[in-house]
Amino acid sequence: MELKSKVPDGPIEAKWDKHKFEMKLVSPANKRRYTVIVVGSGLAGGAAAATMSELGYNVKCFCFQDSPRRAHSIAAQGGINAAKNYRNDGDSVYRLFYDTVKGGDFRSREANVHRLAQVSVQIIDQCVAQGVPFAREYGGLLANRSFGGAQVSRTFYARGQTGQQLLLGAYQALEKEVARGGVTMYPRTEMLDLVVIDGRARGIVVRNMVTGRIESHAADAVVLGTGGYGNVFYLSTNAKGSNCTAIWRAHKRGAAFANPCYTQIHPTCIPVSGEYQSKLTLMSESLRNDGRVWVPKRAGDHRPPDLIPDGERDYYLERRYPSFGNLAPRDIASRAAKAVCDEGRGVGPGGLGVYLDFADAIKRLGAGTIRERYGNLFEMYQRITDENPYQVPMRIYPAVHYTMGGLWVDYNLMTTIPGLHVIGEANFSDHGANRLGASALMQGLADGYFVIPLTIGDYLASARPAPIDVSHAEFSRVEAEVAERTRRLLDIRGKRTVDSFHRELGQLMWDKCGMARNATGLKEALGRIPELREEFWRNVNVPGSDAELNQALEKAGRVADFLELGQLICLDALHREESCGGHFREEHQTEDGEARRDDVNFAYVAAWEYTGDLGAPRLNREPLEFEYVHLAQRSYK
Amino acid sequence: MNLTLHIWRQPGPAARGRMVRYEAHDISPDMSFLEMLDVVNERLMETGEAPVAFDHDCREGICGSCSLMINGVAHGPNRGTATCQLHMRSFADGDEIHIEPWRARAFPVVKDLVVDRSALDRIISAGGYVSAPTGSAPDGNAVLIPKDAVDTAMDAAQCIGCGACVAACPNGAASLFTSAKIAHLGLLPQGQPERGQRARRMVERMDIEGFGGCTLHGECQEACPKLISIDTITRMNRDFLRAAVAPVSAAVAESD
Repeated sequence: MELKSKVPDGPIEAKWDKHKFEMKLVSPANKRRYTVIVVGSGLAGGAAAATMSELGYNVKCFCFQDSPRRAHSIAAQGGINAAKNYRNDGDSVYRLFYDTVKGGDFRSREANVHRLAQVSVQIIDQCVAQGVPFAREYGGLLANRSFGGAQVSRTFYARGQTGQQLLLGAYQALEKEVARGGVTMYPRTEMLDLVVIDGRARGIVVRNMVTGRIESHAADAVVLGTGGYGNVFYLSTNAKGSNCTAIWRAHKRGAAFANPCYTQIHPTCIPVSGEYQSKLTLMSESLRNDGRVWVPKRAGDHRPPDLIPDGERDYYLERRYPSFGNLAPRDIASRAAKAVCDEGRGVGPGGLGVYLDFADAIKRLGAGTIRERYGNLFEMYQRITDENPYQVPMRIYPAVHYTMGGLWVDYNLMTTIPGLHVIGEANFSDHGANRLGASALMQGLADGYFVIPLTIGDYLASARPAPIDVSHAEFSRVEAEVAERTRRLLDIRGKRTVDSFHRELGQLMWDKCGMARNATGLKEALGRIPELREEFWRNVNVPGSDAELNQALEKAGRVADFLELGQLICLDALHREESCGGHFREEHQTEDGEARRDDVNFAYVAAWEYTGDLGAPRLNREPLEFEYVHLAQRSYK
Repeated sequence: MNLTLHIWRQPGPAARGRMVRYEAHDISPDMSFLEMLDVVNERLMETGEAPVAFDHDCREGICGSCSLMINGVAHGPNRGTATCQLHMRSFADGDEIHIEPWRARAFPVVKDLVVDRSALDRIISAGGYVSAPTGSAPDGNAVLIPKDAVDTAMDAAQCIGCGACVAACPNGAASLFTSAKIAHLGLLPQGQPERGQRARRMVERMDIEGFGGCTLHGECQEACPKLISIDTITRMNRDFLRAAVAPVSAAVAESD
């Protein structure tokens, strides 16, 4: 497999403009002859579907939720970065580019990141024009807040519901195009396979989740914006339905999977409260603007927080990282929390928690200001924990939040299967080994509004895919495979529920491939996952039939794919003998416990190719070159 | 805690439904309501029974997937709280809990507690947007928007599209849902050019979809997990009336 990144030559500031000029165009009259399938209706998918329809393409958009407005982008809280430099604090496109490459621990592709920083500026303008109610100053200008990993204030926000407001902007644009007839929307429809004909992506096979019908859809190009795979850990901040099936099926049809082990553990989530726990809830990183993170200095100090005097508290982020303090990047803040809990200094039930304390901020700014900034988050915290964070410090603990890995894409966001494009969290492209806060929304919308609508034209104009419809034999062949897999799941009638397998896989992944990883643990996981998968296909209990709304069947298909992806994640983590970003190998750390990268041997993207044997995928390497941001050990001290 | 549940079971859209009684033992007060249903479902599956279908996704109170009439109240007893954020500590040991789907003519039952809310998407599609094709926007700071205008717009824009307002309304009206969008966009300068047309089209669409008429009963704002105010309905009525009596060109030119 050859990995051609197709990064344009020339100085980095000029690459995207040059590429835009050099790409082939599809004339307005010809656009309507092309059909593009978009799977997923979140920030990336929704924005892409709306924009491509505005340009004149026929778009078919699919989502598993009952409405495109429910895609998980909706849950993003804190904000979206953009290099507007409205604060006059020294920000620039170049600085956002620099911060993102450094924040990603030098494991992303420079050209992609620079383009992301460039279009970030247009994103804000676009969203404002749609009516997104970003926070404003009293003078009527846009407000900003700070986020982790940056020393400038470049984050735009709409209370603690930025993702919701941005998604509703994209959703409304999408519904506008549905009304115009440019987009046909297929809600409650799940992609179960990709159809590749003559080496090109030509359509998908889906299941109508209400009737159970398996159907095919043909197209000239396919775009996946199906989000991340954090739910492989069972407990994560992802929505319950978030899954890897679309990208995993595409992987098995020939798309390389890049850096699967790069998973982001978010430092500020509400700790697990019991075995019944079904998901974890994030408390926005923006809280670290005003909250101070601490644990008692002494292990086993179980006094209530207000009885621990200041001198006996360890504000460990401020101590270890004085220049970034509580706004240290996510990977670093998460590992630091784990370290103090491993020392027995964790707080709350089970000792798996640290305090996020607003007492000083309330004293300084007053409870009113804090309520204005974070009111909805404080309420959410109280609803879940029954504790009032205005009076007692929040308890937080890291949780799986985002996956930087995903399907490998070139500069045009196309995978190793011609015609198959991947956008948003589902691809691997921009965040390297660690994503900075408020950058996921930026990337989803950059890909959806400003990149894929242009690059798809280049593909269509160059490839000129021949007309095709679902009567092609390959569609019926893939449909039969999908139906057979569904039938197999329903025929097992075993003893264990789908969730029990999912929980066991998730616990294994968290223990062996979570915040800290080592060769011994990863090998154990690699031994156990195939056994668990074997048991799943022998002993899972999926009740009901395939001809109805069957939520157990939906989950079973997704968990079956997680049971395969989990193995690839562990293989990737085992092969990467270095620590970088969210991937921390205990064997590779400095004396003070920081990640130790190995740029000589691992400055590459690991793009795994499916070989038919899950235990032996083929590794392809895309070397990463750093011409602008020079390789250095990341320091936030 | 031990609870007795009465849950609406309906195998499919055309089938007849009925309330079925289940005993839920050993429920932790720290569970969310949906986690309690997860536990009930796991036990049902272990005994070979079909699990209860219900919509849910983010479980953070923002995606709007979850629904449920709990003892006759949309999203249950806690004000400003979606079902997924309701915790069992709000109930007492020994309680009987009746769980039903949203009930409204415009929301047909799909299965058990799952209903079809696509009518809400079609209301948005009728005009709940600003026509701003990608790439055509001026600088985000080109138009100044007073902070209080944006804050009031945001209060309305928080709507999660769950449909609780419809389920709570004795008339099955979608006024709060529709007016929230009309208010959000109508309060901002970006929303002015299409303001009249938006109100007219969205209100007409509500009728086509089979939602009931609004008699300002106020149940909707009590049920709304985001506490959206029925003041937005007043705005909607005003925009609609203006658009209805004025010729289209005048409606387009209006300002507040």
